[in-house]
Amino acid sequence: MSWLKRERTAIKPRAKPAPRSEVPEGLWTKCDGCGEALFQTVLEENLWTCPHCSHHFRVPARTYLGFLADPGSFAERFADLEAGDPLQFRDAKMKYPDRLRHAQRETGMKDAALTGVATVGGKPVSLTLMDFFFMGGSMGSVVGEKVARSIEVALAERRALIIVSATGGARMQEGILSLMQMAKTAALLARLQDERLPFLSILTDPSTAGVLASYASLGDVILAEPKALVGFAGARVIRQTIGEDLPEGFQRAEFVLEKGFVDRIVHRKQMRDEAARLLEFFWRSTRGFAPRGGVSPHTPNPELPAVDGRTGPDPTTTR
Amino acid sequence: MTTWLDFERPVLELEQKIQELRLQAAERGLDAGSELADLEQKAEALRREIYAGLTAYQRVQLARHPKRPYALDYIGACFTEFTELHGDRHFADDPAIVAGLALLEGQPVMVIGQQKGRDTRENLLRRFGMPNPEGYRKALRLMKLAERFDVPVVTLVDTPGAYPGLGAEERGQAEAIAVNLREMARLGVPIVTVVIGEGGSGGALAIAIADVVLMLENSIYSVISPEGCASILWRDGKKGPQAAEALKLTAADLERLGVVEALLPEPVGGAHRDPAAAAAAVKDALLRHLGALSGVLPAERVERRLQRYRRLGVYREGAA
Ligand SMILES: [Zn+2]
Repeated sequence: MSWLKRERTAIKPRAKPAPRSEVPEGLWTKCDGCGEALFQTVLEENLWTCPHCSHHFRVPARTYLGFLADPGSFAERFADLEAGDPLQFRDAKMKYPDRLRHAQRETGMKDAALTGVATVGGKPVSLTLMDFFFMGGSMGSVVGEKVARSIEVALAERRALIIVSATGGARMQEGILSLMQMAKTAALLARLQDERLPFLSILTDPSTAGVLASYASLGDVILAEPKALVGFAGARVIRQTIGEDLPEGFQRAEFVLEKGFVDRIVHRKQMRDEAARLLEFFWRSTRGFAPRGGVSPHTPNPELPAVDGRTGPDPTTTR
Repeated sequence: MTTWLDFERPVLELEQKIQELRLQAAERGLDAGSELADLEQKAEALRREIYAGLTAYQRVQLARHPKRPYALDYIGACFTEFTELHGDRHFADDPAIVAGLALLEGQPVMVIGQQKGRDTRENLLRRFGMPNPEGYRKALRLMKLAERFDVPVVTLVDTPGAYPGLGAEERGQAEAIAVNLREMARLGVPIVTVVIGEGGSGGALAIAIADVVLMLENSIYSVISPEGCASILWRDGKKGPQAAEALKLTAADLERLGVVEALLPEPVGGAHRDPAAAAAAVKDALLRHLGALSGVLPAERVERRLQRYRRLGVYREGAA
């Protein structure tokens, strides 16, 4: 195969990067943002963002994991969860199990989420990353279960929770059971709040519909990648409903930040540092994600400055 | 009138004929007894035949029937002293959700329901029962009020979905729904939800996290409307009937899937054929379930509610 031929096949605007091992050196990808042809190696160096226009390419969950977790710290959990077919769903073209098998072959994933534990900036985290390339990152029972277990792992092991969303919403093929995953995950997040373990929700392109209307919007801190699509209803449906054009940048991360529903927009190259810094605040304030009352508040922590007199002299003896 | 569905017509025509015959007989002092009995029997058989074999999409049509009783109809029939409370205290009142205090057989309850309009003017006001974020925030405000005063919560679900509007997005539709899911999950008072018509996706779920979820026989509850699903997976919005079958969205389907506790039977032909009977079934179920829930300690009730949702989902694990 000639170099030219490879270039031509790869230059089609496709956002999906192939797994690193399968990418021959010298391939080009056209930037969806500015149209510039970018070397694969340049893209990889830039964590799949464009060095010219800062366009953030969509990447598989495993690729994103590499941007976020401390190198070598990840241990996957619940890897063998696989979807059932509770409705025996069949659409015009295909049975649901066939669609699943197809997506599995395409992505090498069993479903649209990757779950495990890791450290970020040295802090223990429980995390789930959604994978848009598996049926549009749709949330069915497996994604819901993996998010639920991530929350339970955070609770059981006193870890922070990080969920990276990349999804078009709930998975139609599991019907009402997909909808119920919204309830299941949100209910468990109430527990996480009660136990005051921090939850960082990271919104990548796209983070929409049923997922945005559950855990993705419930982060203690919500970070979004630049220009990520973040919205509940589809733009086409809204346009039909209101009968007028939508404003420039509607449902983009910057718009949503302006409206007050995300905390910060963070370039992918800064995401790990940002997440680590945020976790550090909570790590210090909770003395290592300790349970309320689990560690005596009178225990002096030499690494921390006195903030409320707790580390000062015992008030009962100095009165 | 065009408010009757195609499959309802044969029964209606027969019923009309019976009514006419009865009137004529009365006017002329004739005895039409045997003929009437014959027709009545025929009507009954026809009703049974039609309504026993409804397709999923016919149920969808019944759930959306313009004559179907709406939240305020049930509130009027099941409760007394309903006192509507308005506003989310931040931005607006949302008429797509009605909420307030009422008495159920003398006991205070907080009742919250999605409300569709009966005519164009009212539908404009209530956006066909599609709430804005303010509706969900009002609902949550009143649930927290109920919690502080030990008042159980009843929610009535009847919405095509959350309103897909520009303002709704700007004011955080997704956040409003998400927060309700989390907060309802830990609300300290009993919650009973009845799906009375359309349970449209996240817009329905946002007031439907409950200890007990009931569905009227001809109501539906789905992750997406059959038409929406059809336009995506069939690439043809007119394939709604096929999508409705595939989505398993009827009350009977949901009971089989373990998503709702029970199905409340409707009068033959649907709730709109005998609203008083439908309301009586709802009231009876509310009394029964609220009575049982009030006997459970709050912490245990919240734990059971969490587990109710925690177990939902179908997946395989450990397959080679
Ligand atoms: Zn670019």
